[in-house]
Amino acid sequence: MINVSKLKEGIVIDHIRAGHGYKIFLQLGLDALDDVVVLMRNVESTKMGRKDLIKIETNLDLNLDVLGLIDPDVTITYVKEGKCVQKIKLSPPKTVTGILSCKNPRCITNQEHISDVRFHLVDAKTNLYACEYCDARTRL
Amino acid sequence: MLECKSLIAPSDLSLTELEKLIALARRIIQNPARYAEVCKGKILASLFYEPSTRTKFSFDAAMLRLGGSTLGFSDPSTSSTAKGETIADSARTVGQYADLIVVRHPKEGTAKLMSRYAACPVINAGDGGHHHPTQTLTDLLTIDHYKGNFSGLTVGVCGDLKFGRTIHSLTTCLARFQNVRFLFISPEELAMPVFVKEELDAKGVSYTETTSLEGCIGELDVLYMSRVQRERFISEEEYLRLKDYFVLTTEKMALAKPDMIVMHPLPRVNEIATEVDADPRAVYFDQVKFGMYIRMALIMKLLGMEEPHA
Repeated sequence: MINVSKLKEGIVIDHIRAGHGYKIFLQLGLDALDDVVVLMRNVESTKMGRKDLIKIETNLDLNLDVLGLIDPDVTITYVKEGKCVQKIKLSPPKTVTGILSCKNPRCITNQEHISDVRFHLVDAKTNLYACEYCDARTRL
Repeated sequence: MLECKSLIAPSDLSLTELEKLIALARRIIQNPARYAEVCKGKILASLFYEPSTRTKFSFDAAMLRLGGSTLGFSDPSTSSTAKGETIADSARTVGQYADLIVVRHPKEGTAKLMSRYAACPVINAGDGGHHHPTQTLTDLLTIDHYKGNFSGLTVGVCGDLKFGRTIHSLTTCLARFQNVRFLFISPEELAMPVFVKEELDAKGVSYTETTSLEGCIGELDVLYMSRVQRERFISEEEYLRLKDYFVLTTEKMALAKPDMIVMHPLPRVNEIATEVDADPRAVYFDQVKFGMYIRMALIMKLLGMEEPHA
């Protein structure tokens, strides 16, 4: 059993579906931080069986849209002076821009460079989004 | 005026707007001369990045019959696209010359992209396998003309229901009206996609799927035939196997109601035998004419043109 000490200052991203931690780590650009970041994979959980967990030893602005897209069931806890000061439950964002790209090869967005293509949530259960141009379904 | 500045998808129009458009088209049909100068001085640009003579002629004829003028191309190799111009830039440029842009493009979403950058309204004349709203309007006006309204109709759609863009649009659009029932007639391989059936289920619309045209033709008020499109198939063998699955013949027509109408978005290949053309219930060539009238109504509405005084 590996033990990671309690955070005094920073953010805990908990209840990440096992296997999704690394994806979140990359999408949030945590590899570029100079602060201490711990990614724990396949941690035992009474609720989930196995889960991933990320601890970040700094308070930064997280891109909640990215988190909501990858795993809307995660819990985010902000810690200050060793105490939990804010807990956030996520839901998938209704609209996202700049994160997804359309997978439909016949879509105009794959021919022309359009940086602000919007994707609208069509199924919150499966995290499925529709491209605003061609309506093709996609997920991260 | 319409709420939407451009027409990209059939769903851009509310039910009330649809009814008003059809009503205007009806008035144009009754007295086309009255509308002959409504769009005088206005210019329609038709940008056809892939060939579709029928649709282009229909829009051009509609604008000319309203007294307006047209410009455009039907071969992209003669346009700035050949020099690498983006769709966004083409929209910005053409929007400076024209009062209205009609665009057809093989890529899905192109018309929407153009509408974002053009300073004038844009009409989608087909964006790949995505939307072709004026074909849907054409079909609605045709049904309205022969049947008076949509309520209580039993509509059979036959042929390639899997890839048939016009069929998906027509079905979901007709489902917005009260009490329309559908019969989906196709081989299993070309059955109506789940997303269309889910939309019907959500609206509580009644539909039946069948593989036998003969078995159900007697129940229909409208029979909408469609072509099995070669370009949708990867395997030539599969295409050849399915293309002759349903052929409408005079024998099958004998089983139909005396006032059933047969529609087809055209061009047909062999799914309607030419002998059926003489049957007064075959309205697919008149459908083309209704396409022009509904486009006249649409052009007027999108340009915000006033109805001429009687």
